[in-house]
Amino acid sequence: MTSNTAVISVRDLVVGFGATPVLDHATLDVFEGEILGFVGGSGAGKSVLMRTIIGLLPKRNGSIEVFGTDLAAVNDEERRSIERRWGVLFQQGALFSSLTALQNVQFPIREYLKLSPRLIEEIALAKLEMVGLNADVRGKFPSELSGGMVKRVALARALALDPDIVFLDEPTSGLDPIGAAEFDELIRTLQRTLGLSVFMVTHDLDSLHTVCDRIAVLSEGRIIAAGPIETMLASEHPWLKSYFRGKRGRLVHH
Amino acid sequence: MTAAGLGAQGTSASLVATFDGKGVGLVATGAWIAERAAELEKIVDDAAARYQTARSIDIDLARLDRLDTFGAWLIERLNRAFVARGAATRIIGLSDSDRGLMDEVRLVNRTAGRDTAAANQILVALDAIGRAVAEIGASLALLAHLLGALTMAVLGTIAHPARLRLTSLVHHLERVGWRAVPIVALSTFLIGAIIAQQGIFHFRTFGAEVYVVDMIGILVLREVGVLIVCVMVAGRSGSAYTAELGSMKMREEIDALRTMGFDPVEVLVLPRIVALVVAVPLLTFIGSMAALYGAGLVCWLYGGMTPDIFLARLREAIWLPTFAVGMIKAPFMALVIGLVACVEGFEVDGSAASLGLKTTSSVVKSIFLVIVLDGFFAMFFAAIGM
Repeated sequence: MTSNTAVISVRDLVVGFGATPVLDHATLDVFEGEILGFVGGSGAGKSVLMRTIIGLLPKRNGSIEVFGTDLAAVNDEERRSIERRWGVLFQQGALFSSLTALQNVQFPIREYLKLSPRLIEEIALAKLEMVGLNADVRGKFPSELSGGMVKRVALARALALDPDIVFLDEPTSGLDPIGAAEFDELIRTLQRTLGLSVFMVTHDLDSLHTVCDRIAVLSEGRIIAAGPIETMLASEHPWLKSYFRGKRGRLVHH
Repeated sequence: MTAAGLGAQGTSASLVATFDGKGVGLVATGAWIAERAAELEKIVDDAAARYQTARSIDIDLARLDRLDTFGAWLIERLNRAFVARGAATRIIGLSDSDRGLMDEVRLVNRTAGRDTAAANQILVALDAIGRAVAEIGASLALLAHLLGALTMAVLGTIAHPARLRLTSLVHHLERVGWRAVPIVALSTFLIGAIIAQQGIFHFRTFGAEVYVVDMIGILVLREVGVLIVCVMVAGRSGSAYTAELGSMKMREEIDALRTMGFDPVEVLVLPRIVALVVAVPLLTFIGSMAALYGAGLVCWLYGGMTPDIFLARLREAIWLPTFAVGMIKAPFMALVIGLVACVEGFEVDGSAASLGLKTTSSVVKSIFLVIVLDGFFAMFFAAIGM
C-alpha cells in the first residue's frame, strides 16, 4: 500500500515560543498511503509539529512541503486548494457546538463544493455511516454525544471532502480500550478504502502496534527515530527503550 | 449499437451509454470525484430519467481514472434508482482499489430519511405561542426555586456564619460595586444634566423654570437614579454572572462542586447576589447624588439659577421619604437582577450558542422585571401615601 512518494516532507523545522525552540531542526517524511504514528513525551512538541504543518503555528526556519509544494511559497488560493486535500481530527473533536452532527459534516462540503442540498445530505449521511454511526445521531448536538461519538463525528467531518491526508491528534485518547480498538480498526479500514495517508499523533501503544505502518519519535525537538514497530522495539536508545519496552509497553507486547 | 454521451463536452468525467438488444450499458469514464460532483449529479439524474424503461442495465467502471466517495455514492444512487424500478443491474469492471469503496457505499443511506411532514402554518404558530407561554411559566418557577434555595442558603449561613465565603463576597463586591462607580456616576451625572436642560428649556415657555428643581428632585431620587443604576448593573454584572455560571456549567464545574458535597447556591450564587444587594443601593445613592449634581450644574450654567437657590428649592421640594423610596427599591431590584442572572446561567447547556442566548436573555429579562417591579412599587407607595 505504501509507496515511496512523500506526501508531507518536513525539513529542518524550527518552531518556538519565546527563547527556547520547541522543535529544533526536526526532519520527517510521511509517505503516500501509510499510517504514520507520531510519538513523544508529553510536552515534547508533537501537537506543535502537527499544528505547524497545518498552518496554525508559524515556523521560524526550515521547510514544509505538502504534495511536493512548499507551503511557504504558495498564495492564498493555492493554499486553500491544498487545505482542501487534508482533514484534521482535533484532540477534543472541535465540533461546532451550535451545529448538529449532520450539519458539522455538511459544513466543509457546503463551503467548498456547490452541490445540491440533497447530495450534500446524502454524502454527509454516508460519511456518518462510514465512521460507524447510525442515522439517529444526525440531529444531535455535540453536547448530546458521548466522547467516542464525538470523535467519530469529528472523523467524519475530517473525511467530508475525501482528503488525501488525515491528521489525527490523539484519536483514541479518552476512549475505553474497546472503543479505542474499534477506532483503530476504523482508521485502518477507511485508510484502505479511501487510500488515505494518515499522520497520527498518539500515545496509545496498542494503536502503534496494530495500525501504524511506521512510527516517528520526537524527543528534545528532533525526530530521533523513524521506522516500523520492530525497529522501535529493537532500538537501544534509552527513551525508546523505556517507552516501548517499559512496563506498559511489555504488557501490550505480550 | 448506438452510443450517446451524457457528459458535457470537454470535461473529463462522463457517463457514456451503449445499447444492444437486451439492455443498456453505461460506461463511466474520467474522474468521478468531489470537484465534479455537481455535474456528475446532473449526469446521473439524467441517466436515471432517460433509461427509465430499461429492464437490464450494466454500469461499467473499468474506464474510471479516479473514484472517491462522492463519485461512488452517485453511482450507487444511480444503481438504486434502477433497482427501485425493478430493473436488473450489474456493476462491472470494478478495480480492486475501488471495490472496497463501492462495497462501503452500498451499505449507506439505507434507512429512510426522516419525513418532515408539511406542517400546518397555523399549528406551528400556535405551537410556538404555547411553548413561549410554558417557557415563561417555567422560568418563573425556576426563579422561585432559586429564591427558595437562596433563602435556605442565607438561613444556613446565618446559623453557621463561618460558612460565608467572605473572600468571594469581597471579590464580587469589588467587581460589581467599586469598579462600577465611575461609569455609574458619569452616566447618572449626564442623565441629571440632560433632564435639567430639557426641563428648563420647556418650562421656560410657562415661566415655571423654578419648578424644574422639584421635577428633578422627585424624578431622580424616586425613579431615575435607581432605574439607571439597575440597567447598568444588569448589563454590566448580570451578564457577567450568567456567562460565568454558564461556562462553569458547560465545563461541568458545577457538577464537580456538587459531587464534592458543596451546594452551588451557597458557593456561587449567595456571594454574587449578596454582593449585588449590597452594591446596588450604594450605587443608587452615588448615582442619585451625581444626577442631582449634574442637574444643579446645568441649572446654574444654563438656567442662571445659583447653587444657593437650587439647594433651597430642592430642600422645599423633597422630603426624606422621597429619598427613601428610591433606596428601598434598590435592594429588591438587585435581588431580581441577581436571581435572573444566576437562573439563566444554570440554564446554559453544552453549546456556545446557548451561552450567548442565555446571556442576552439574562439582561433583557432582568431589565424588564426591574421595570415591572418598579411599577408595583409605584402602586404600593401610592397606596401608603409615600
